[in-house]
Amino acid sequence: MYGNLSELLALAVQRGSALWPVVLDNEIRLSGLSEEEIFSELERHYQVMTASATKALERPMPTALGLISGITAPQYRYSQQSGGLCGQTLNRAMAFALSCSEVNASMGKICAAPTAGACGILPAVLMTLEQSLQLDRHQVLCGLLTASGVGAVIMKNATVAGAEGGCQAECGVAAAMAAAAAVEMAGGSPSQALDAVSFALMNSMGLVCDPVAGLVQVPCAQRNASQTANALLSADLALAGMKSPIPADQTVDAMYRVGRQLPSELRETAMGGIAVTEAGREFARRLRDEQD
Amino acid sequence: MIGPSSSHTAGAARLARVARQIVAAPFTHVQFGLHGSFAKTYRGHGTDRALVAGVLGFREDDERLADSFALAQQAGLTWEFVEADLEGMHENSVRMRFSLADGSIQEIIGSSIGGGQIVIRSIDGFETEYSAQSSALIIRQYDRPGVVSEVSGVLAANRINIAVMRVSRSAKGETAFCVIETDGWIPPEVGLALRGLPNLISVRIINLSDREESACTEI
Repeated sequence: MYGNLSELLALAVQRGSALWPVVLDNEIRLSGLSEEEIFSELERHYQVMTASATKALERPMPTALGLISGITAPQYRYSQQSGGLCGQTLNRAMAFALSCSEVNASMGKICAAPTAGACGILPAVLMTLEQSLQLDRHQVLCGLLTASGVGAVIMKNATVAGAEGGCQAECGVAAAMAAAAAVEMAGGSPSQALDAVSFALMNSMGLVCDPVAGLVQVPCAQRNASQTANALLSADLALAGMKSPIPADQTVDAMYRVGRQLPSELRETAMGGIAVTEAGREFARRLRDEQD
Repeated sequence: MIGPSSSHTAGAARLARVARQIVAAPFTHVQFGLHGSFAKTYRGHGTDRALVAGVLGFREDDERLADSFALAQQAGLTWEFVEADLEGMHENSVRMRFSLADGSIQEIIGSSIGGGQIVIRSIDGFETEYSAQSSALIIRQYDRPGVVSEVSGVLAANRINIAVMRVSRSAKGETAFCVIETDGWIPPEVGLALRGLPNLISVRIINLSDREESACTEI
């Protein structure tokens, strides 16, 4: 039905709909499932998302080396108490994202969106808008459909593997998926949703994958928080009326090209960036000692 | 899925679970030969626990995954991890050698290619490209003219559409190996009908469902 984002947009424009009904039709065609079955599958995924985004809000999860054990609870308390500099909404959204990362690092159950390492961004954005815009569950699941459609196209035309494209392909793509969903959940147009995809990818272009000790903890958790902010601000820029001069498909191509230009040290091998700082190497040594 | 890595944890669990279905016979020991990034980072990502969980038949979203070592011990299964140099394979690849109860060994090689997606690259030395997205028939046959058309005839009679079909063989005129991916579920009658064909050595049916424990039947 569609092989890239501009074709997805054209179909939505042609039928005068949002992006999600086009994604839904495509899913029905590909999976052979009914609309009801697809929505119940979305509901199942969303329940895993909300569970992982709330599980660590109040109690720490055990993780290898404990690098991010207990990082979520203080962030959540901070958001509840003071609202911080960025306001309560964004601070709480970041707490949701951190919770997913903490649960993920403890070998807990999460929903890859698009990957496990980037599993906090989409749940954080969906739950934040569900609360702040007072949406019903169906509207949230439609947002999840929009995000899935965008993610599937990017996976097909580029990559979502950190080993291939760096963090921009994981957390950057998660932000792009979430930004598109956020625009539609807030009542924006399909073309605004794709503008938000472009902005989110522009804002994360070149982000490297440099996990300390090879663990999906630092800086992955921090980037789940920051890319949640990226998703929401990219959606706001689009909703405010900013048009992307670069079409979303071309931004995706650029992200993929940049990913392939990254040296392998900066693609999930833990041989560059934050991973090889003095402190990062020390953690890697400790992990080796613990395991031998 | 269970974290922390979709390619190193969930993909690994899925690879091992699909391998278990392909083996489709009781086994007592599994040797995991880890290649590339799997060999370097497997402990930190829980790849080891995920692989053991997979051969136990646990799905990649099963929270028992983190406790798989203890559960495998209870089940009387033994396992070992070795480094393997699988030339030309994807960074995240594993060679699984199953020691069966009858003393034979089955070997399956697969790759975890990102986002939890996998590809089975080889089954007992025969190259394949099965991504475990659809049901499949795994057939070993004598390499003789007309075998493929006999098999497709059975599928046509049962109104099963072939999505992908790959045939490879050990040497001309000896045994060949065929993986047929189909649209939709494959009923057991198809296996019975295929068993009646003179040129087939073995037929295995893999029915995959993302939501329930998958079923596999050896005929």
